[in-house]
Amino acid sequence: MKKIFLIIKREYLSRVKKKSFLIVTFLVPLLFLGMWGGVIALSIQDSASLSTIYVIDDSGLIINDLNNTESLSFEKATGSPTEEKSQLGENQFLLIIPEDVLESQKLALLSSQKPSIFVQSEISNQVNNILRKTLLSNAGIDLKTLDSIQPNVKVTSLEITEEGEQESNAGVAMGIGMFASIMIYLTLFIYGSQVMRGVIEEKNNRVVEIIISSVKPFQLMLGKIVGIGLVGLTQFLLWIALSGSLLTIGGLIISSQMPDAFSAEEMSTISSSVPNSAAFAQQNTLLDDVQGTLAGIDFPYLITCFLIFFIGGYLLYSALFAAVGSAVDSETETQQFMLPITMPLLFTYIMSFGVLVRDPQGPLAFWLSMIPFTSPIGMMVRVPFGVPLWQLGLSIVLLIGGFIFTTWVASRIYRVGILMYGKKASYKELIKWFKYRK
Amino acid sequence: MLEVQDIVKQYAKHLALDHVSFSIKKGSIFGLLGPNGAGKTSLIRIINQITAPDNGEILFNGEPLSEKHISQIGYLPEERGLYKKMLIGEQMLYLAQLKGLSRADAVERIKHWFEKMDMETWWNKRVEDLSKGMQQKVQFVATVIHQPELIILDEPFTGFDPVNVDVIKNEIIDLNKKGATIIFSTHRMESVEELCDSIVLINKSKKVLDGKVSEIKNTYRKHQYLIKYSDRLPLLNPEENELFKVLNIQELEDGNKATIELVNNYNINDVLGHLINQVQLQEFTEIIPSIHDIFVKQVKEN
Repeated sequence: MKKIFLIIKREYLSRVKKKSFLIVTFLVPLLFLGMWGGVIALSIQDSASLSTIYVIDDSGLIINDLNNTESLSFEKATGSPTEEKSQLGENQFLLIIPEDVLESQKLALLSSQKPSIFVQSEISNQVNNILRKTLLSNAGIDLKTLDSIQPNVKVTSLEITEEGEQESNAGVAMGIGMFASIMIYLTLFIYGSQVMRGVIEEKNNRVVEIIISSVKPFQLMLGKIVGIGLVGLTQFLLWIALSGSLLTIGGLIISSQMPDAFSAEEMSTISSSVPNSAAFAQQNTLLDDVQGTLAGIDFPYLITCFLIFFIGGYLLYSALFAAVGSAVDSETETQQFMLPITMPLLFTYIMSFGVLVRDPQGPLAFWLSMIPFTSPIGMMVRVPFGVPLWQLGLSIVLLIGGFIFTTWVASRIYRVGILMYGKKASYKELIKWFKYRK
Repeated sequence: MLEVQDIVKQYAKHLALDHVSFSIKKGSIFGLLGPNGAGKTSLIRIINQITAPDNGEILFNGEPLSEKHISQIGYLPEERGLYKKMLIGEQMLYLAQLKGLSRADAVERIKHWFEKMDMETWWNKRVEDLSKGMQQKVQFVATVIHQPELIILDEPFTGFDPVNVDVIKNEIIDLNKKGATIIFSTHRMESVEELCDSIVLINKSKKVLDGKVSEIKNTYRKHQYLIKYSDRLPLLNPEENELFKVLNIQELEDGNKATIELVNNYNINDVLGHLINQVQLQEFTEIIPSIHDIFVKQVKEN
C-alpha cells in the first residue's frame, strides 16, 4: 500500500507542479468570467454610445412620435436626402420614411457604416409601435381599452417530491443537464487520455521495467489512475472556488458600475419601446421563474452527483485508456483501440442533447443512465430533472461494478502490454494477453 | 543464494523456458548467457517477480521467492529509461523509496553515491539534459541504491564509453567484494571472462551449459598448442610413435608458426622434449577456447 501512495504522490505532484496545470486552472475561470464580463461590457458600451438618426418623413405620420432613448436621438433632417447623405459621420444615420409607409411598411436606414442590430431593432420597434397605434385607431379600436385587456396566464410547474411540491423549471434543468453532460464528456476524455499518455510515456522511455521490478503492474496502473484522478478533482475544486469568487467579485464590480441599469425608470423606457408591453412583462416573470428555480436548485446535491459520476466514469474509462496505452508504442497508434471506447460516450453525449433532455424519464434515458459505460453522462443529464433514489442508487452500484470489471480486464492487458516493445498489437493479441496466466 | 528449479514459461504457442535449472552461489558473479530470444529476459523477469513461471520454483536464500525479496534485488533492465521531465534527485528518491527505503535513508545513500560517481551537481538536472552515458550512470546507481543482496544487470555496458565501462566494472567488482551476488546477462564475452566465476548458457529455451568458467574452459580444451620456432624445418613426430598432429603451419619472416594437437595422451613435456632437439623454439602456448568460442560452438551445435 505504501508503494501505491508513492506512485499516486508522484503522478499527482508531477502534474500539479506543471505550469500548464496552473495556467489551465486559472485561465478557465478567467475565460468564463471574461466571456461573461465581455458580453455585459459590450451591451453597456453599445447602449452608451449615442447614435444620431436624421429622419426624413415623407408620410408625416411617424416623426413626431419617435422617442429619444439613452442611446438614440432622433432629429429632423433639414436638407434633401442627397445632401444629408453626404454629411453622415460616425454614429449618424439617415432614416427615410416613404409616403406610403402604412402600406409598404418599409423604411430605409442609410449610414456610412453597418448599423448595429441594436439600432435597427430599436427603430423597427418604435416604428412598429407607432404604425400599430395608427392602424388600430384607423380601424376604430380604442387603445386604452385594448391595453387594459391583458390576460396574463402563468403556468407554474410543480414537481411532486418528498418535501412537497417544489417549483421546477424544465428549461433550467435542461440547461444544467446539458452543461453536466458536456463537462463529464470533456473531463473523461481529458483525464482519461492523460492516463493513456502517461502509460505510453513510461513504456516509451522504458522506465516501466525498472518500476515494475519494485511494484506490481496493477499497483502502478492504479497509482497512476488515482493520481491523475486527484489532479482532476483538484482542478474541479479550484475551478468551483475560483469561478465562485471571481463571479461574486465581478458581479459586485459590475453592479456598482451601472447602478441604474435595472432602475424602474430604465425598465419603463425599455417596456415603452417594446411594442407589446405584455411581452416584456412575460419576460420579466420568466426571469423571476429562472431566479426562483436557481434558488430552488440543490447545488450541493448536484455537485455531489457530478463528482460521484465523474469519479465512477473516470475510473471506468481511465482503466481502459491505460490498457490502450499499454498496447501501443506511440499515441498515433491508439486510433484503432480508441473507437470502441469513444463510441458509448459519444453516443450518450449526442443523445443527451437530442433525446435525454426532452424525455428525461423515458426508456432510452433510463437505460443510458443504468449501463455503466453510458451512465456517467446519461445519469447526469437526468439528475437536474429529478431521479428516483432507487434508480440513482442502482446506477451508482452498477457503475462501481463496471469500473471494477474494466479495471480487472484492463490490468490483465496492461501487465503484458507494458513489456511488449515494438510490437503492433491487434485485438486478437489483446485477447491473448488477457488470457496469460501471469 | 538463488536456486532456479525446473522453470517452465510458456507464452501462447511460444515456449520461452523449457525446464531450466541451475543455482547461483552467494557472492559470485554469475553470467547468464544466450543468443537473442533464448529466454534470458523471461528468466530475469521471473526472478524479479515481474512474471510468474508456469512450472518450477525459484528459491532465494532457501525460501521461495516472495514480495519481501523485492527490496533485496536490484535490477538494471536491458530496456531501461527514466522519466524525462523529472529531476534526477527526485527520480532517485522515488525509485529508492519504491524499493522500500525510507526517505531519510534514501537521501543519504543518494548523496553518498552521487559523490562517489562525480554526480554531485546532477540533483536538480532533468534526464533530458543528460547524455546517454550519464543517464546510464544514474540508472546504475538507481539499481544498487538500496544495497540489494542480488544485483541483476542486463547488458549493463551498452551505451557507455570505455572510460565509464571501467568505472562501472570497478563498481561491480567492488559491490561483489562487499558481498553482493551479481547476475550478469550479456553478449559481450570478453567481459564475461573478465568478471564471471560461473555461467549458464541458455539456447532456444533450454539450458545447454552450466558451471564454473575455469571448469568449462577445461572441458573444452582440445590439447592444442601454438608454437613458434625460428627454423624452417618441418615438425616431425618420433619414428616409433605419434605425439602430435600438425594442424597448420604458417611461414613467418624469421621462422614458422604452427598449431599442433597432442594425441595418444602424451603431455606437454613429452612433446617439448622431442621438439627441443628438432627446432629452435621461441614460443609455446596452449590454445584455450574462449567463452566466446564455446558460446558460438554451442549455439551452432544446438
